[in-house]
Amino acid sequence: MDKLPIKMKAVDLNAWFSGKQALSKINMDVYSNKVTAVIGPSGCGKSTFVRNLNRLHETIPGATVEGAVFLDEENIFKPRYDLVDLRRRVGMVFQKPTPFPTMSIYENAAAGIKLAGRVPRPVVDQAVETALKQAALWNEVKDCLDKPGIGLSGGQQQRLCIARTLAVRPEVILLDEPCSALDPISTGKIEELIHELKKEYAIVIVTHNMQQAARVADFTGFFLLGELVEFDVTGKIFTAPRDKRTEDYVTGRFG
Amino acid sequence: MGQGDIWFKGFIFAFAASIPLLLVSLVVVLFFWAWPAIIHFGWSFIFSSAWDPLADNYGALPFIYGTLVSSLIALLIAVPLGLGCAIFISEIYKSKTGEYIALMVELLAAIPSVVYGLWGIFVLAPFSAAYIQPVLGGMFGFLPLFQGPTSGPSLLTGGIILAIMILPTITALSREVLQAVPYSLRESAMALGATRWETFKVAVFGPARSGIIGAIILGLGRALGETMAVTMVIGNRPRVSASLFAPAYSLAAVIANEFAEAVTELNLAVLIELALILLVITIAVNGLARYLVWQTTLKK
Repeated sequence: MDKLPIKMKAVDLNAWFSGKQALSKINMDVYSNKVTAVIGPSGCGKSTFVRNLNRLHETIPGATVEGAVFLDEENIFKPRYDLVDLRRRVGMVFQKPTPFPTMSIYENAAAGIKLAGRVPRPVVDQAVETALKQAALWNEVKDCLDKPGIGLSGGQQQRLCIARTLAVRPEVILLDEPCSALDPISTGKIEELIHELKKEYAIVIVTHNMQQAARVADFTGFFLLGELVEFDVTGKIFTAPRDKRTEDYVTGRFG
Repeated sequence: MGQGDIWFKGFIFAFAASIPLLLVSLVVVLFFWAWPAIIHFGWSFIFSSAWDPLADNYGALPFIYGTLVSSLIALLIAVPLGLGCAIFISEIYKSKTGEYIALMVELLAAIPSVVYGLWGIFVLAPFSAAYIQPVLGGMFGFLPLFQGPTSGPSLLTGGIILAIMILPTITALSREVLQAVPYSLRESAMALGATRWETFKVAVFGPARSGIIGAIILGLGRALGETMAVTMVIGNRPRVSASLFAPAYSLAAVIANEFAEAVTELNLAVLIELALILLVITIAVNGLARYLVWQTTLKK
């Protein structure tokens, strides 16, 4: 665990919503080519934590943050850090599928690329195809790329959102409860996808589903009331936790 | 189906059917009363600029022109202002102060139009003649629209007062439409590395577009039919002039002004035909708007 390459590192990270503390003194690492799960009961700060890794937290009125997060050794909270660049390097997929409703499947997948500036059509075509293939959606949509993105099923929409994120070629992917609005079959597909994607990306997944964390994650952090109670190899968290509160949570005694 | 359901269905149907019936009866009655004028002048009524109650010779063109042009001026001013204000409040300046600005803009809607008219006579019309028209004339004087002597009561002043009156409609409705766009879409765009402007362009404008068109059309509907404030500042002269600085007249204004003094039966019928034309214009504008909204939502 100590020798693994660290992609992102939170150091003494504190966050507030209108003065109410949501995260206190979080120290946690995200490793390259590994899946890191963030678990904990509702309101424990797990979403707030990942939303600080791409600095989306502070876009909410009244939200503040203190501390540091390093991406490849560079503090993303240092003054004048390029947020556009940060969010292209650290992509994010949300709880509910959020395809842009007036855009076609193709336009949705290409939305991030087009933000980067004028890109020749063949390059966009290629990037869209690659992203949709990576997101395991290509075979289902290749004949209807000009259909609206919101016409797809919930699971397909979520994979479209993953493709949209992949198309900008990020280095880290944040998944904020990506399966909580999906049925078990779609969930299974996304989990398979996560296994594939970790070959190329560092992945952080927030989940309130402990089985899911156990299935997909290499490392797991357990959050409670804004604190990181325990962070370890997933197997250890679920079979031999050091903290009593972690044990209570993973055995289903509360939460 | 139970007894109650039958009653319920019957009642609801009666209520629902009464509304289209109202519209139909309105058109029928207007047609009936306008009939003498319709057969007397035929289609040429629409294209004639004559207005001579003593000789019983009338034409609708100056009023149609005045109504359409003053409403167009109102839109040209109110759409950028109102939309800008709505975008500012809902996207850029999300705070209590923004809410207060919105509240004040919406209060403009509560002011009675006769009060607007008085303000127009005493403040806007002199200001228009002394400052707005000379400046416009200086900048765009090469266009016939901005040539000729300035005049307080004028087509331009009418358009400006209408712009102020439809501003709250456009602002309030667009703001609601923008705020109805889920925040998650904005976050999705930001998470892709979009700047604030790009976020608006990619995630907000698309879903809000048809609603914004709807807001503009509702504003236009109000402008077309507005009577009191317009008649107080437009100049009430039934003539088509190329210049926006010249006094003009609108359909609603001439009906309100002359109805009580209509001397002959033909005169009365003419005024009612003007009302019919106004009705047709507003229905056509609404129809066009619905078509536009339907098109933009359907295409994607």
